[in-house]
Amino acid sequence: MAEMLEVSGITKRFGGLVAVNNVSFSVREKEILSVIGPNGAGKSTLFKLISSFLRPTTGEVRLKGERISGLAPHIAARKGVVRTFQETTIFKNMSVRDNVIIAHHLRSKASLFGFFLGTGTAKADEAAFGQSADEILALLGLSSLAHEIARNLPHGHLRALGIAIGLATNPSILLLDEPFAGMNHEETMRMVEMVRRLRERGLTILLVEHDMPAVMKISDRLVVLNFGQKIAEGTPSEIQANDKVIEAYLGSEDEAIGL
Amino acid sequence: MTVNRTTKIAAVVAFLAIVFIAVPAAISASGHFDLYYTLTSVALLSIASAGVWLTFYIGRINIGQGAYALTGGYVSAILVMDHGWSFWLTLPVAGLFCAATSVLIGLPILRLRGVYFAMVTLVLTEVARLLALALPITNGAKGIVSIPLPGALSVFGITLIPDFATLQNSRLAFYLLAVTLMVVCFAIMYRLVNSRIGKLCQSLQQNEELASSIGVNIAYLRVIAYAVSSFFGGVSGAIFAAISQSIYPSSFTVTDSVNFMLNCFLGGLGYVFGPMLGTLVLYFGWDLLFQTGQFQLLIYSGLMIVLMLVLPNGLLSLAETTRKKG
Repeated sequence: MAEMLEVSGITKRFGGLVAVNNVSFSVREKEILSVIGPNGAGKSTLFKLISSFLRPTTGEVRLKGERISGLAPHIAARKGVVRTFQETTIFKNMSVRDNVIIAHHLRSKASLFGFFLGTGTAKADEAAFGQSADEILALLGLSSLAHEIARNLPHGHLRALGIAIGLATNPSILLLDEPFAGMNHEETMRMVEMVRRLRERGLTILLVEHDMPAVMKISDRLVVLNFGQKIAEGTPSEIQANDKVIEAYLGSEDEAIGL
Repeated sequence: MTVNRTTKIAAVVAFLAIVFIAVPAAISASGHFDLYYTLTSVALLSIASAGVWLTFYIGRINIGQGAYALTGGYVSAILVMDHGWSFWLTLPVAGLFCAATSVLIGLPILRLRGVYFAMVTLVLTEVARLLALALPITNGAKGIVSIPLPGALSVFGITLIPDFATLQNSRLAFYLLAVTLMVVCFAIMYRLVNSRIGKLCQSLQQNEELASSIGVNIAYLRVIAYAVSSFFGGVSGAIFAAISQSIYPSSFTVTDSVNFMLNCFLGGLGYVFGPMLGTLVLYFGWDLLFQTGQFQLLIYSGLMIVLMLVLPNGLLSLAETTRKKG
């Protein structure tokens, strides 16, 4: 399988603190890869580095061989690396459908001025976005809520809307930020199904997650971080049997806090 | 859909009929010619406020429109007095000059959000005033006076607008000029907000990080919106200078900048026509309270606070709630 995303020797320092230390791994095409680790392991920082929200101190991120680290976030999005945020990050005061329509921005062929004048290209864009938004909403089971104002949605649907916004940008790789956080078992299972469906549509998915059972169920491979370093990489069964991982999650934390 | 369209067209026609026919007719019948000056001011202030409203629409509190109105006034005055330009040519030039300046200023300061952006823009008005005092070209505190009235505007030998100095009623001419520009300005704003650009601006207002993660060039869009806003400020300042035939460093002060913002608040930040209504109500409200003498400011500020508590979405939100109930 071809490599979609390649993270090589990436390090991020905040003053004296090394949040991510020399981490390398790669994501293959149409793979679901999860990054896990205890609190403060550097998962979120790594996530921001990959989506270009942060600039790495050293190292680089490549998408299909092209360097994307250090670009502005909207440029990285244009290249095909799109992140979702944790639940509250949506356009709260717009309807669900408008949220998804606006997220089609990258696909627009008309210029801003074209939209102002209402040119043919702009109208064609609008029509295409509307149609595509309806398809995405149907895929994620949000059709019945299309005209609801986004801030009124319940928890699980907000998360789905976040993913819908990500999908609308037509990414090569979708980065999911804790898609299962705060969900009950049933909601989690529904989300697991949803993520699998996205992969079946040919999407590559990188997720950062806490929820172990869900992660083990959904991932092809996992990368485990602890104190900013990669301590393991492998399939779910390999990771479950890895001593370093067990220690990171159960053992050494006690020592670290002096117990 | 068609019914909706018909009502919209009817509303526009009614509005145009009122401002272009009914108001002048009523004024000449009643003989209150000074009302022309008042209404001209309202129209011009509402243009500047519309600019402020647009910056609100991208999620920035703008208390610096006075700076651009002052700049626009000076650019027009200097070009007319020192370089003999026609006022009509200086009008777009003043707007474009302000837009260009605002791009340079906006690039760094639009990165700030919330109260930080507001504070910097507040300072801008003061900077503009001090610059006008200090620069040799603006003639210091004495300002620029006895600016001639706008001359004739001819295209290919056809006189479109006659020389204002030859008119018997230049007040009516200024009124028609200001109202025409106001109509054009709000038509542009309406189109902006109801096209995809409006949705993009809203996306900035609601969540800049998310907007940038879906590929919106937020820095570019912010600067464009700010430039359009300042263009309106400049144009309105230029006409003010032409009407009063003078411009001083104190023509637009921090108070004016704050008023532009209040106009938007009062009318409603969610409605394109909010600044127009807000300016009208605020301007006349202030004048009506004049009779209360020393209590004018107290009552005025009290009323503003109460209005913001009761109607946080502005006066136009009243129309919306009644429509829903009905």
